[in-house]
Amino acid sequence: MNPVKNINRLLIANRGEIAARIIRTCQKLGIESVLASSQADLDSLPARLADQVINIGPPPSLQSYLNVEAVIKAAVQVKADAIHPGYGFLSENAALAKASEKAGIIFIGPTIEQLDAIGDKLKARENALAADLPLVPGGAVADAGEAEKLAAEIGYPVLIKAVGGGGGRGMQVVHDESTLAASMTLARAEAENAFNDERLYLECFVERGRHVEVQVLGDGDNIIHLGTRDCSIQRRYQKLVEEAPAPDLDPALREHMENAAVAFAKHLRYRGAGTVEFLVDTQRASFYFLEMNARIQVEHPVTEEITGLDLIAQQIRIAEGRPLGMSQEEVCFNGHAIECRLNAEDCMNNFQPSPGTVSAAQFPAGPGIRIDSHIETGSVVPPYYDSLLGKLIVWGEDRATAMSLLKKALEHCQIDGIENNIILHRAIMASEEFTQGAVDSLFLNKLLETVSLEKTTNG
Amino acid sequence: MSLSHEDVQEILLLLDDTEYDELTLETDRFTLCLVRSADKSGWVQETETRGKRQETRLASLAASEEQSEPVATEEGLLDVRAPMVGTFYSSPKPGAEPFVTVNSSVKPNTVIAIIEVMKLMNSIPAGVSGEVMEFHAVDAQFVEKGQLLMRVRPSE
Repeated sequence: MNPVKNINRLLIANRGEIAARIIRTCQKLGIESVLASSQADLDSLPARLADQVINIGPPPSLQSYLNVEAVIKAAVQVKADAIHPGYGFLSENAALAKASEKAGIIFIGPTIEQLDAIGDKLKARENALAADLPLVPGGAVADAGEAEKLAAEIGYPVLIKAVGGGGGRGMQVVHDESTLAASMTLARAEAENAFNDERLYLECFVERGRHVEVQVLGDGDNIIHLGTRDCSIQRRYQKLVEEAPAPDLDPALREHMENAAVAFAKHLRYRGAGTVEFLVDTQRASFYFLEMNARIQVEHPVTEEITGLDLIAQQIRIAEGRPLGMSQEEVCFNGHAIECRLNAEDCMNNFQPSPGTVSAAQFPAGPGIRIDSHIETGSVVPPYYDSLLGKLIVWGEDRATAMSLLKKALEHCQIDGIENNIILHRAIMASEEFTQGAVDSLFLNKLLETVSLEKTTNG
Repeated sequence: MSLSHEDVQEILLLLDDTEYDELTLETDRFTLCLVRSADKSGWVQETETRGKRQETRLASLAASEEQSEPVATEEGLLDVRAPMVGTFYSSPKPGAEPFVTVNSSVKPNTVIAIIEVMKLMNSIPAGVSGEVMEFHAVDAQFVEKGQLLMRVRPSE
């Protein structure tokens, strides 16, 4: 094992709420934070929270947040000990990990080999097979012809996915052959733009299932899990609401999934924080491996709330070369946490993104309520990046308590000046089905058909 | 009311520099009533009918404009405008053939471009039938909502 190397100055190669989140842990640990910011974010809240800000380029991501050279140059210039890539952007990019190593800077994430084995979704499938995990039928497709052949084999509907990444980018669901070629083209463009990798693969699309994932931590030798998260409420294959632990899961199935996640991470000798995503077929009480995310995830706070751990601090600790600070038996699970992703999007108009200026932002506060956001009154939401404005997270002793707190918290949450999805979250929390317990991936579409989202007028 | 969104925007730009908080215009064709919002940051358009007042935030007015019929220019060409703010891409991926070029014939559902906003790729349909005559946006250019992208000669 590598010798321990303390991180005293950390370059944050990201933006938005996760940049603010990482800076907060830096402050707690006494680490100096340097924000690598594009021109568009120089006036953002994270830029003001950080100890230092360095401009890494023009607003478009390819020229700034996705520019490995610019990030490394900034890290060298400010003499950072480590780079935290957050999520999205370069967080699972092996080129950044390699360039960091070459520059003698710690990349906060798994090893280059692990990034390669996980980031390439096809290699991840092979590794999952090797670790004895169940897989959704599918495979690589080089062009529309191959896609047609494979889709005919496994049956429609199918899901086109980007080999190079996740987060819903480059993902297209196809119901029949007539739209397959066009969807491939669009997915390829999105994949190319988001991951600089246009390769696609195709999977059988399970319309009715639950997305349940397991958080893991590893130091290369020891692997532990931090329980499950349910992320079944999604739009455009991106999560909207997440909760921990996943509710209404058969205890044996839960244990089986937690063990499978640990087995997969052990197979890779995983180092860092990671998430193994599963698709749960509720009717058959079975599950399939979807992918592993080799980064901190947007929804990590719900796990933090039920374990009492700071996952960013854990990532830093592991990156410094220290062994895990706890065994599986020492992980305590307590209560229930739910997160709402607040997005700048028009939920009445097919979730069309809505950049602009926030004329007023008001967030709830109080015991059990947590806000992870970079938005405040006057914040500009640039059109270049994703639409996440922040996260409202609540914790309660049980799911019912958390739900009732969340309903109240949402009443005191208001973002004006841009379209946002707070009204949708209120509708979700008011729905009988979600109040009762676990929902599947069809829930949101059904809800959108039945509920009318009244806009509240603000005085 | 037969004023276009652009007309209203132009009037608002003129009003921004004045001290007035309210403007009511009445002609045979239309009635336009604009009131500066309470926080002075923008304007609210009021359509007044006796006893019943409807307010439209101007941002939402723009949204309804999307579905409006394209207006022919003096030369008889139809404008194709950006339905949203974002980065305009003329081809499906860098280096690829553009979706359409001058002289391409298009139908309403022909994809003419991609506009990327907040990491979401939106296929932009022509919305009209005809022949592409003029390009007004270049690849990877940032476009505003309503900005002219191209002009099309309508097919008879």
